[in-house]
Amino acid sequence: MGKRIAVEDSHAAALAAKMANVDVIAAYPITPQTHIVEELSRMVSDGEFDAEYINVESEHSAISACIGASAVGARCFTATAGQGLALMHEILFIAAGNRFPIVMAVANRCLSPNINIWGDQSDVMSSRDCGWIQIFAENAQEIFDLLLSAFKISEDDRVLLPVAVNFDGFYATHVVERMDLPEEEEVRRFLPPHRTAKYKLDPDRPLTFGAIGFPTIQFELRRQWEEALCNSKQVIKEVWQEFGRVFGRHYDVLEPYRMEDAEIAFILMGGSCGTCRVAVDRLRERGFKAGMIKLRLFRPFPKEEILEATSKLKTLITVDKHICLGGLGGPLFNDLRALFYGFQRQINVAGFIAGVGGRDVRVKDFEQMFEKVVKGEVSPEKHIFIVRGES
Amino acid sequence: MDVSQEYFKTFRDLPREDWFVCGHRACQGCGEAIAVRLILKALGPNTIVVSPTGCLEIISSPFPYTSWAVPWIHVAFENAAAVASGVEAGLKVLARKGLLEKRKTNVLVLAGDGGTVDIGLQSLSGALERGHNFLYVCLDNEAYMNTGIQRSGATPFMCWTTTSQVGKVKRGNLTWKKNMPAIVAAHRVPYVATATVAYPLDLANKAKRGAEMEGPAYLHVLASCPTGWRLPPELSVEISRLAVQTGFFPLYEIVDGELRVTVEIPKRKPVAEYLKPQGRFRHLTDEDIAKIQEQVDRECARLGIP
Repeated sequence: MGKRIAVEDSHAAALAAKMANVDVIAAYPITPQTHIVEELSRMVSDGEFDAEYINVESEHSAISACIGASAVGARCFTATAGQGLALMHEILFIAAGNRFPIVMAVANRCLSPNINIWGDQSDVMSSRDCGWIQIFAENAQEIFDLLLSAFKISEDDRVLLPVAVNFDGFYATHVVERMDLPEEEEVRRFLPPHRTAKYKLDPDRPLTFGAIGFPTIQFELRRQWEEALCNSKQVIKEVWQEFGRVFGRHYDVLEPYRMEDAEIAFILMGGSCGTCRVAVDRLRERGFKAGMIKLRLFRPFPKEEILEATSKLKTLITVDKHICLGGLGGPLFNDLRALFYGFQRQINVAGFIAGVGGRDVRVKDFEQMFEKVVKGEVSPEKHIFIVRGES
Repeated sequence: MDVSQEYFKTFRDLPREDWFVCGHRACQGCGEAIAVRLILKALGPNTIVVSPTGCLEIISSPFPYTSWAVPWIHVAFENAAAVASGVEAGLKVLARKGLLEKRKTNVLVLAGDGGTVDIGLQSLSGALERGHNFLYVCLDNEAYMNTGIQRSGATPFMCWTTTSQVGKVKRGNLTWKKNMPAIVAAHRVPYVATATVAYPLDLANKAKRGAEMEGPAYLHVLASCPTGWRLPPELSVEISRLAVQTGFFPLYEIVDGELRVTVEIPKRKPVAEYLKPQGRFRHLTDEDIAKIQEQVDRECARLGIP
């Protein structure tokens, strides 16, 4: 049995890396992620666990150093946010396409301009197609649990892909929450203390990594990568089931809230899910059949589970914290409309964009979105509403 | 360690085996390929190689083939030193935790001049400053050769390239070559050296010395490129020798801050002898050559070369 602690969410991320017994940490400061690498520096300096702590000179080098460390078989961790994730962009593809297990915490932050350190999802959504497994956490407990399980997912021989665990900058990084911290021994029952790497840079068995891919082979490699990412969903579910057996906390690719008889439901990711739950309760009190789907796994996109969870809905309200500029609204909105259209499902998708640049998304903002849907103020031609909460 | 140690006194001292093997796609007379073969002979099989994007990566790894008989990784253009940092840190911590056999594994970066002096400078500086135990070799063919001879920060003054063309108004590259060994030495790393394929034992010994050194070591190799230098391939080694004998590319090493010229040139040849055989300098007038000669004289004086 572990202990119940009060912990800053960033420190929950650091604790996960420590309990995973990571070998290499590549650290570069960027708000609102800094508390994670600061805490890890303290832990390593105090000898709480043994890791090489590399003070890299950029996020580009952070992810590059992780690739190098992962390639020799080390378990490695890094954390970033916003511009840092954008600077990594080129290397994110290479980490995934060359199948290097790496775990990264992303404290979601708005991309410049204007320079803005506050939370939204423009950073991760701009890295959407990098071929990583992308998971969203809501609070300290989820940050810890999902990061810990990310190591197991990432290193599984059937997966061998990097995993990003996302959570809201400031709203999740700079708050103190209650969390159950497991004992070391419990963690070891779930995650072995070290990685076993089948393919690595080993002078006794020389391998070539990152070769040039001509058009005669590149297409096949890309397709294998896509298949590996899609197939990882099954492993993710398995790992989370095992997590539940060991720790008693159960996770799945999505989490329905009051969806049994819901007619209109929200779908969103990250910390705003907590606020949305309150809004759903209030709407229920007002007599509406409201519900919510918290999407925990964003990539690979859990198509089947979403189709099942929405099978009885009339309208699905997507809440995106990012605008696909010049496109058709937010990324969730786009994915879901495409999904439903492909399966010829008669369901309205109402796309809302909220919380950009750290703007509060309040209970009444969710209620306002819902009311707009009920009043029929959402039409296919006019599907995007920027909700301007007063901060 | 004994810095003057000669690991290889004759060619017989170099292993017969190769770890950069035949079948690669380098051009005829490629100085880079010769240098890589020698460096790996000097370091042996217990070596992990990191290469950024560049000629070397293109010629050696056309999937599913490889010329590397040692573990080799290519990630991107600007981050070889950062990748090597991760490799070195990973090996160190895994050995400390008893997960790897404790033995000396060389971490070797084989990079081009673009990947070193231009786009890769930041990651190299970071890795040098952090003190990772690795050998970084810059194979300097003085331009972006694999993309078609475009100018880099290592391109010599007035040199023709496809992006420093010789025209009516401008005549080749406008700037002097970036002094990369001096930039590395300013990081106060234990070992910095220069080499060319014309002095193969000097090159092999420097590679070995750098690899044996505790901390970051840097070797700057002038890698002759017949294709980009507009030179008959059979003159590749000869031109490398002239680069040294004219003082255009002096051979030295800086050990813990102490500079020592390793190949003494008692009487330097005129720099024109190095420039004239190369098509990339074909447009130079006597005046231009005199200007280059002046600069070479200044550099040699700075290094204490007569």
